[in-house]
Amino acid sequence: MTTKYAETEPRQDAVKHVGRPVDRVDGRAKTTGEARYAAEHRYPGMAHAALVHATVARGRIEAVDTEAARAVPGVIEVLTHENAPAMKPAPKTSLMNLSSLASGTTVSYLATDEVHWNGQPVAVVVAETPETARHAASLVRVAYRELPAVVDFAAEEPNASPQKSSVLQPAGGDKGDAVAALAAAPVSVDLRFTTPPEHHNAMEPHATIAVWDGDRLTVHEGTQNIAWLRAHLAQRFGIPERAVRVLSPYVGGGFGGKGFVWAGTLLAVLAARATARPVRLALTREGVYRTVGGRTPTVQRVALGADGDGDLTALIHTSVAMTARIGGMPEGVVSSSRHLYDAATIHLRQRLVRLDLLANTAMRAPGDSVGSFALESAMDELACELGIDPIELRRRNEPERNPMDGKRFTHRMLREAYEVGAERFGWRERDPRPGSMRDGRWLVGMGVATAYHPSLTMPADVTVRLAADGAVVVRCALQEIGVGAATVQAQITADELGVPLEAVRVEIGDSELPAGPGAGGSAQTAGAAAGVLDACRKLKESALALARRAPDSPLRGRRLDDLEARDGGLYHGGRGETYAAILARAGRDHLEAGGGTGMLKFLAKTLNERRRWVKAASGAHFCEVRVDRDTGEVRVSRWLGMFDVGRVINAKTAAGQLRGGIVMGIGMALTEATQVDPRTGRIMNPSLSEYHVPVHADIPRIDVHWLDEPDPTMPLGLLGIGEVGITGVAAAVANAVRHATGKRVLDLPITLDKLL
Amino acid sequence: MRVTFTVNGREESADNVWEGESLLYVLRERLGLPGSKNACEQGECGSCMVYLDGVPVCACLVAAGQAEGRQVRTVEGLAEGDRLDAVQEAFAECGAVQCGFCTPGLIVQAHDLIARVERPSDAEIREALAGNLCRCTGYEKILDAVRLAARRKAAT
Repeated sequence: MTTKYAETEPRQDAVKHVGRPVDRVDGRAKTTGEARYAAEHRYPGMAHAALVHATVARGRIEAVDTEAARAVPGVIEVLTHENAPAMKPAPKTSLMNLSSLASGTTVSYLATDEVHWNGQPVAVVVAETPETARHAASLVRVAYRELPAVVDFAAEEPNASPQKSSVLQPAGGDKGDAVAALAAAPVSVDLRFTTPPEHHNAMEPHATIAVWDGDRLTVHEGTQNIAWLRAHLAQRFGIPERAVRVLSPYVGGGFGGKGFVWAGTLLAVLAARATARPVRLALTREGVYRTVGGRTPTVQRVALGADGDGDLTALIHTSVAMTARIGGMPEGVVSSSRHLYDAATIHLRQRLVRLDLLANTAMRAPGDSVGSFALESAMDELACELGIDPIELRRRNEPERNPMDGKRFTHRMLREAYEVGAERFGWRERDPRPGSMRDGRWLVGMGVATAYHPSLTMPADVTVRLAADGAVVVRCALQEIGVGAATVQAQITADELGVPLEAVRVEIGDSELPAGPGAGGSAQTAGAAAGVLDACRKLKESALALARRAPDSPLRGRRLDDLEARDGGLYHGGRGETYAAILARAGRDHLEAGGGTGMLKFLAKTLNERRRWVKAASGAHFCEVRVDRDTGEVRVSRWLGMFDVGRVINAKTAAGQLRGGIVMGIGMALTEATQVDPRTGRIMNPSLSEYHVPVHADIPRIDVHWLDEPDPTMPLGLLGIGEVGITGVAAAVANAVRHATGKRVLDLPITLDKLL
Repeated sequence: MRVTFTVNGREESADNVWEGESLLYVLRERLGLPGSKNACEQGECGSCMVYLDGVPVCACLVAAGQAEGRQVRTVEGLAEGDRLDAVQEAFAECGAVQCGFCTPGLIVQAHDLIARVERPSDAEIREALAGNLCRCTGYEKILDAVRLAARRKAAT
């Protein structure tokens, strides 16, 4: 068996920077309060905006009374659909122009008297101070003519219609006749699961500062996609992209919630144009719930049939999720069931209901996080029915090729993940009988579940500049949402060029830089890495070309592939020279190179790869819970995640991504739910006091480990790790609760009322 | 009204402060000290934590007028010149910082804990930091950072 590594044990061959637990480059700025987030910039004459939210789910505005608001000293303007300047409508979406996907909704804000959801901004107050704007916003009176609205997901679920497939995401599929196979199976389970809507709750509420200078626009905003935001603003406000500058050096968390463009951004820019003042619109926490979409609720059925040995003969996974009439993202809820188990027959379907609610959006591992809860809970229940250990059941059904279509996996180490994880967690201590393990008043349970998240890359343009004094500058409009974007690319650059880490500065977070990939789909690090590798190679080729022109260079006659980049230069064995020497001899003060692939080439490569391969990050979760036998309180007491995420670039930041995903998954399992009033469509708990994210005291020690085997098809062999951590987590908790109590909870979150 | 108090050792005043204005608002919007973050405005998340006369408080829940004549210390006032405080150093070093938005509040809270308790147990750390939400890190590394800072502080 290969050697296994933990976050504290870098690969033995990580003699350079890649693989090491390097400290993040922005640690100082973030611990001293020097880092400036979007709302924290100041402009002379900056005004402040606040939103007025609709209080009906669907209707027409009959009258807006702004008199009282306008009378408040310090109010500059009150914008409504009656007086706001027009924006262009959101563009038609097309996969040939990915930035056309940027719009969170299709609503033309303040250009229509139509109300599409309970919470839609229907007026914007601009004032000299934030408090004045907020107070005046509370004085705006809006009269509505209400129209019938469909807002109750549970009631609407039977009326769902089939989801459409796309190039990137099939919505269903069949292998054989799973319905017949299920009916004939000697052992089977057939379960119905529900998961509630959720919200990202990044700690930084969305904020925008918009500054117009003639027809040029500067926007400060924490975004997960600088390029999309820039393109979308240019389109909506009818100016060229080059006239828009987006600045986003620090993003206070995203998780999908800052991946698209929502009302607050557009209205800040609109208000700045209307008032000819720089305008800041910083959403309150409630404002985020009202105007930024969250995770769809789901209803899922998973039915599994097996023979007496536990070989799967049928796998049925169907789902209903939501989108809104005004947009939203159809999720791949049953996606994991395409990849995880070698069932003889498979039947997959996804359906959608369209509601008069705010559009849903991507939230950490859309589809896979909720889908894995259902699939992995059902597998556990089947193991109980069969009387087989749940790890053994998964081992028996581990496929050699992708079950739906026989494509090859680029990389798959789930067997090893379970084997090593079980050993480290102490799985063999588990007595399989439910309720058999106790610790005083606590019922102790242990559960496992598989984590699985498809791997993507996105194209990035990168430039690398190396100066004669040894300073290296990497430029790419990456987004730092907490992942250590600049840090990991600095590590890669330092290794590729053979220079000290301290010599590398990575410039990110500014649309003036070469375009980066968005921070979404766990795709940013790999995409940027491909651009960095390409640019570094070109830069070394230029250096070598310069050196070879000199008759006395030790690099004469050498090819780049024969050379090693180290000690600030290029070497063949002991012979070579530094970049500084090469530049000095040539009379140059720097070298610069650009790397990256164009979108068309990238799409062609991606589609070609998808025809042949399936690739994903994956892992095994091990969870121990304690359930109070009298109150039903569930405490997670131990966790171990053993992942296969390809090569890890930075052990410190990687562990943070995986662990953060696990904790968000524990929230999903036990506490998190956005409560939507089924009569009015209004979110009833739009605050951190009523939407419960896990706190420090809820979370035990969490061990994360990885196998650290590079994926052969990815840049440097790395697989994205932002999302895989959350997949499977809720199932691991539910399975542990089942083991502790004998009760199978099918409806998230697992609150104590469900265990009494 | 006019409010005068000491912030990080310097006397500061703000004029035309509204009666309902929070200390957080005065720090961020009037005094140019945005280190303390505004994330919930209801004392749930701890991102705005500052010292008020040596006691950590959520600045969003303190009326600015209550700070009159008192001592406020924010995350901006923990380092000594270029030298970071042990807690700041430990957070960066342990990987306890990701997006960074909860970090200032956590650092103030942790700074207070290890000033009061020389070697806090894990349970004490979890309890002390339970009012500081973090959505990125998964908390484990924050615990490591507090342990490390406490160890270093005890050694000096």
